Amino acid sequence: MNSRMRLHGLVQKEIKQITRDPSALLIAFLLPFILLLVCGYGISFDAVHVKLAVVIESPEEEARGLIDALAASPYLAPERMLTTEAAEQALIGGRVRGLLVFREDFSQRLANPGRWPAPAELDVNATDPNSARILEGYVSGALATWLAGRLVELRVTQPTDIDLDHRFWFNTDLRSADAIVPGLIAMVMSMTGTLLTALIVSREWERGTMESMLASPANLAEITLARLGCYFVLGMGSMAICVLLGIVLFQLPFRGGILALALASSLFLIFALGLGLFISTLARSQFVAAQVAFLTTMMPAIMLSGMVFDIASMPRWLQVTTYAMPARYLVSIMQTLFLSGDVWPVLLPNLVGLGIAAMLAVGATFAVTRRRLD
Amino acid sequence: MLHRIFALLAKELAALLSDRKVRSVLVVPPLVQVALFAYAATYDVTNVPLAIWNDDAGAQSAALVRAFAGSPAFLPVEGIQSPGQAAIAIDTMRATAVLHIPERFSADLLARRTPHVQLLLDARRSNTALLIEAYSATIVADFAQTMNTTSNIPISLTVRDWFNPTLESQWFILPGLVAVLSIIMSMLISALSLARERELGTFDQLLVTPLRPLEILAGKAVPGVIIGLIDANIVIAAALLWFQIPFRGSMIVLQAILILYMIAGVGIGLVISSITHTQQQAMLGVFVIAAPIVVLSGFLAPVENMPPVIEVLGRIDPIRWMLIIVRGLFLENTPLPVVLQSTWPLALIATATFAMAGVAVRRAVT
Repeated sequence: MNSRMRLHGLVQKEIKQITRDPSALLIAFLLPFILLLVCGYGISFDAVHVKLAVVIESPEEEARGLIDALAASPYLAPERMLTTEAAEQALIGGRVRGLLVFREDFSQRLANPGRWPAPAELDVNATDPNSARILEGYVSGALATWLAGRLVELRVTQPTDIDLDHRFWFNTDLRSADAIVPGLIAMVMSMTGTLLTALIVSREWERGTMESMLASPANLAEITLARLGCYFVLGMGSMAICVLLGIVLFQLPFRGGILALALASSLFLIFALGLGLFISTLARSQFVAAQVAFLTTMMPAIMLSGMVFDIASMPRWLQVTTYAMPARYLVSIMQTLFLSGDVWPVLLPNLVGLGIAAMLAVGATFAVTRRRLD
Repeated sequence: MLHRIFALLAKELAALLSDRKVRSVLVVPPLVQVALFAYAATYDVTNVPLAIWNDDAGAQSAALVRAFAGSPAFLPVEGIQSPGQAAIAIDTMRATAVLHIPERFSADLLARRTPHVQLLLDARRSNTALLIEAYSATIVADFAQTMNTTSNIPISLTVRDWFNPTLESQWFILPGLVAVLSIIMSMLISALSLARERELGTFDQLLVTPLRPLEILAGKAVPGVIIGLIDANIVIAAALLWFQIPFRGSMIVLQAILILYMIAGVGIGLVISSITHTQQQAMLGVFVIAAPIVVLSGFLAPVENMPPVIEVLGRIDPIRWMLIIVRGLFLENTPLPVVLQSTWPLALIATATFAMAGVAVRRAVT
C-alpha cells in the first residue's frame, strides 16, 4: 500500500469522524459565530450618555445655559442636583459617574476678567481609570465650547488660544468596534483552532484508539498530516465566517488583499491546530487537555495580544513575553488588513512570527508523539 | 444524609486531586495569569512614537515641540517634511502620531491670532487614539497658557479622582481578576465532572447509589467551589501583598459573597455538564459561555457603553455583579446596602442554575 492511498484512507476516516459527531462542526461554525456576535457588541469604549450630577449654585440664567451645553454633548447625561451632599451620595452609591460643581460666585467671576479664573470642580469615580479619563476629557470639552459662546455674550476678549485639530486615520469616527473586532477574530480563532484538535485527539489517546492507529502501516507524519489537513479546512471555514461577520454585521472596511489574509489565516491555523495536537498528546486525559487548551488561549488572547491593552505601554519584560503569543501577530495583521490595507512593512514581520510559531507547534507535536511511543 | 454527601465529597476531591497534572493545572495558572495580566492591563499610554512635521522656523514652534518631547506620553522618533512622509510613517506604524505645525504658527502666535496645529493619529487602536487626543489637548492648552502672560484663564476646572486618585490601571484590573479567574476555574471543573462520569459509564453507577439527585449535585459542586475560593484568594493575596492595592471594605463580607459567587459559577458548569453527553461537548459549552460572560461583565469595558439589548442580556452574568462588589469593596468601601443590591442577583443565578441541573439529573434517573 503506497503512501498516497494511506493518506486517502486517513483523510476519509477523519471526515467520517467529523460528520458523525456534530461537535467538531459546532466548534468550527457555531462557536465563532456566537463569540464574535456577543463579544463584538459587548466590548465598547465609546462612552455614551455618562451620568453626571451637576450642582449649580450660581444664578438660574447661567445654570440653564450650562446644563443645555453639557446635555448637547452626546457623551454626557447631566442631571441637575440641588445640594453637593445629595450629589456625593449619588456618586458613592454608583448612580452617577461624576459630579460637577459650580460655586455661587462662578458667574460673577467669569463676567469679570480681573477675577479669573472662575472655579469649577469635577469629582470623578476613578475606580475605572480609563472611563474616568475619558469623562474628564468630555466635560472639559463641553465646558470649552460653552465658554467660547458665553465670552462673546459677555463681550469679554478671549485669551490666547491654540487650535489643535485631530485627524484620526483609518478610523475617522474612532469607533471602538473597528479596533476591537479584528482583535476578537484573533481571540476566536485561537480558541476555535486549538479546541478543534485538543479534544479530538486527547479522546483518541484516552480511549486507546490512537495506539491502534499508530500500529497501522500509516506513519506518524501521515496521521498528523491527514488530521491537520481536515481540521485546517474546517478552521478556514470559521475564519471566513469571522471575516464576513466583521464586514457585514460590524460594517468594518476591509482594505487589504485576499492573499495576505489567506496567508495569515493559514499560518495562524497551522499554529493553533498544532498547539491543540501538542496539548492533547502531552495531557493524556481530556480533562487536563481541556483545562490547558482553555487557559492558554482565551485569557492570553484577550490580555496579551494588543487587542485591548497597548503592548507598547506594557513593561519591557512583558513586551518581550508577548512575542511568544502568536495572537499578537494576528491582531496586528488583522487590524492592518481591515483598516489600513496591504502594508507589507507591517505584515511581513508578523507573518514571519506566525510562521515560526506554526513550525514550532507542529515540530513539538512530532517530538512528543515520538517520545510517548517509546 | 450528611455522611452520604461527605462520602461523595471525599470521592470527588480524591478523584480530582490524585493526579499530579490536575493538581498543577489548578494552582499554577492563577499565579502565572496574575503575574502576566496585572502588568499587561494598562489603559495608560506612555512613549507613543511621535513624528514631528514642523514647517515653522520660529522659536515658538520649537518650544511647542519641546513641550511634546518633555511629556512622558510621547517619544519623538523622527522628523518629516511632507504629507507623503507622514502617511508612510503612520502606515508602517513607525509613528502612532504626527504633530504638524504649519508655517505661520509663530507669526500667528505673536500677532495674537489663533494659530492652528494638527495632530495626525493612527486610530487602528481607537482607545489609544482617544487617550493621545486627551494628552495632546492638555499639552497644547498648557503651552497656550504659558504664552499668555497678561491674563488668567477664564475657568479653572479642578478634577478630583475619587477612590483611585492616581488613576492606576492595576487598581481596576486586579480586583476584576479576582472575579474572572476564579469563576473560570470553578466552571471548568464542574462542567466536565458529570460529563466525564457519563462518558466513562460511571454516571449510571452513581445513580444506583442511595444518593438523591440534589446530593449528587452537591457532591459535584463542592470541589469546584473550594478550588474557586483558593484561586480567588491567591489573586486577593497578590493584589494586597505584591501590588499593594488598598482594601477599604470588609474582608468577611467579600469572602461570604465569594462563596455564593462560586456556587453560581459551579451552577453554570453543572448545567452545561448535565445536558451534555461527552466531555468534548461539555468543553464546547464552557467555551461558548466563558468568553461572553467575561466580555459582557464589564471586566474590560464599562457595561454602560453596551447596546441596551446586550446590556440587559448581561444581567444574567454573575461576573458582572461580582465585579461591582469586589471593586467596590477594594476601592470604594461601598456601604453594605449597596453591596447587597448586587448580591441578590448572584443568589438568584445560583438558585436557578442548580434547579436546572437538578431537573436534568432527575430526568436521567427516571
